[in-house]
Amino acid sequence: MTKITEEDVRKVARLARLQLVDSEIETYTRQIEKILDYVDHLQKVNTKDIPPTTRAVEVVNKTREDNVQVSSSRDREELLELAPQREADFFRVPKIISES
Amino acid sequence: MSSKTHWEAVIGLETHVQLNTQSKIFTAASTTFGDDPNTHIDPVVCGLPGTLPVLNQKVLEYSVKAAMALNLNIASHSKFDRKQYFYPDLPKNYQISQYDEPIAEEGWIEVEVAEKGKETYIKKIGIERLHMEEDAGKLVHAGSDRLDGSTHSLVDYNRAGVALAEIVSKPDLRTGREAAEYASEIRRIMRYLGVSDGNMQEGSLRCDVNISVRQGPNEPFGTKVEIKNMNSFSAIQKACEYEIQRQIKAYEEGEPILQETRLWDESKQFTKSMRSKEGASDYRYFPDPDLGPIEISIEQKEAWRKELPELPAQKRNRYREELGLSQYDARVLTEELAVTNYFEAAVLADADPKTASNWITGDLAAYVNSNKMTFAELPFSPESLAEMVQMIEGGKISGKIAKEILPELLSKGGSPKNIVEERGLGMISDPDTITSLIDEILNNHPEEVNAFKGGKKKLQGFFVGQLMKKTGGKADPKLSNQILNEKLNK
Repeated sequence: MTKITEEDVRKVARLARLQLVDSEIETYTRQIEKILDYVDHLQKVNTKDIPPTTRAVEVVNKTREDNVQVSSSRDREELLELAPQREADFFRVPKIISES
Repeated sequence: MSSKTHWEAVIGLETHVQLNTQSKIFTAASTTFGDDPNTHIDPVVCGLPGTLPVLNQKVLEYSVKAAMALNLNIASHSKFDRKQYFYPDLPKNYQISQYDEPIAEEGWIEVEVAEKGKETYIKKIGIERLHMEEDAGKLVHAGSDRLDGSTHSLVDYNRAGVALAEIVSKPDLRTGREAAEYASEIRRIMRYLGVSDGNMQEGSLRCDVNISVRQGPNEPFGTKVEIKNMNSFSAIQKACEYEIQRQIKAYEEGEPILQETRLWDESKQFTKSMRSKEGASDYRYFPDPDLGPIEISIEQKEAWRKELPELPAQKRNRYREELGLSQYDARVLTEELAVTNYFEAAVLADADPKTASNWITGDLAAYVNSNKMTFAELPFSPESLAEMVQMIEGGKISGKIAKEILPELLSKGGSPKNIVEERGLGMISDPDTITSLIDEILNNHPEEVNAFKGGKKKLQGFFVGQLMKKTGGKADPKLSNQILNEKLNK
């Protein structure tokens, strides 16, 4: 039974900004299908009395105090330098029309 | 379709409130506004691989307190999710937000809707939820003033990661005025709590409006349109009013309403389509594996609840019911926290609430506004106001004298009692002194006295005027009239 179509894969690729050629679409559709088969397998486990979780290690209420650590100009330089492009003290990016 | 159809607007607001913590929501970078670009960035803000966000304790406290003030239920279990979208104002390509388990749900606030020429009414507005999330950076479109003409964009991440509480109302609002009043009440509550400065110009309070129209309260909702880019309460009102008319007209002319986002243009006073691609928003939320869930204990909730101040609606009710103020006065006095605090300090110093309210909303407010200051900065202390109010009531000075010493009190402060003594402005309330002054006036104006006795009773005002002129307004008006009556009518 097919759980995922090539159309789904194209959509997910577009949302993730991945440019895929047709042969890749075919490959990934097959591979994702296998992953979903495995999820099917996992779903056979009886979890009736087990509360759902979103993580492997249960920690709650991990917080920090509201203290400021001023960034040094050196840190700032390093961070700006890491960007593909900078202009003076700004990160420079291609012109983008909002889609959000 | 008949143009006589009764159309009804259905409006809901999404309000983003910047929480005024010192550091950002998930890292220790500063939240200071208006500094040089990219001065408040660090590896977490920039979303570098290997960095871990950790929730700011104050953000949690402020969010829970805000939620309590909005009568929301605090979740016993809450988590953070990643909202994915690609836009350069988000360095990580996702925003940390809360999706299906927000910190609080199901609340309401009471809004007092006042409009010139209409009766003021109180309306309960439902609140869907409040959740915590991070703010995005700011884009500067270079190469041109207009986005269309720019060749590239520049990004400043100072604002990225500043804590936001997003408050989503239920679609309970029906007019532009109600929407504006709701938004201003939200800001007032946040300011009373001290969790946000609510400055709309600086963007620390931002409202998006969802709006549709339908032909009656029992009809299904029409197509919903989102409006953004309003930076004042009056802009919210006007944008809603414009959009309601636009949608009604479209329906009546058989034009389709598109589900879209529109921008309010303040200079041209209309909404325009952003022409964004439809169906592009597929945020693929999933739980953020970097952040653990939040479980607030009953003890913690109660401790925070005890720290909540008296809120604007509670104050308005108390001022009406316990202090006997009018709805209007109660509303004006509670509008801003500095004014409320001033008023309450004056009442605490034994000023009559109604008289204090008149001075505060009258002469004092005029002075504060024209000098562009706040009541907290006013040299004239609330205790001195109470002293002055008591002097008027005790007959020590007249209202006229109070107005005379007011400029000095407003600009320099000091004790009204001392100023009155120094300047010799105390009320003359000794009957003998007043009698002899009146005798003198009557002797000097025999013609007017005869005219009065001949029936020109209006001349009483003339004699009082002469007496006030002679005494510099210091003669006790009640006593003066009484003695004058005796003299003229005997």
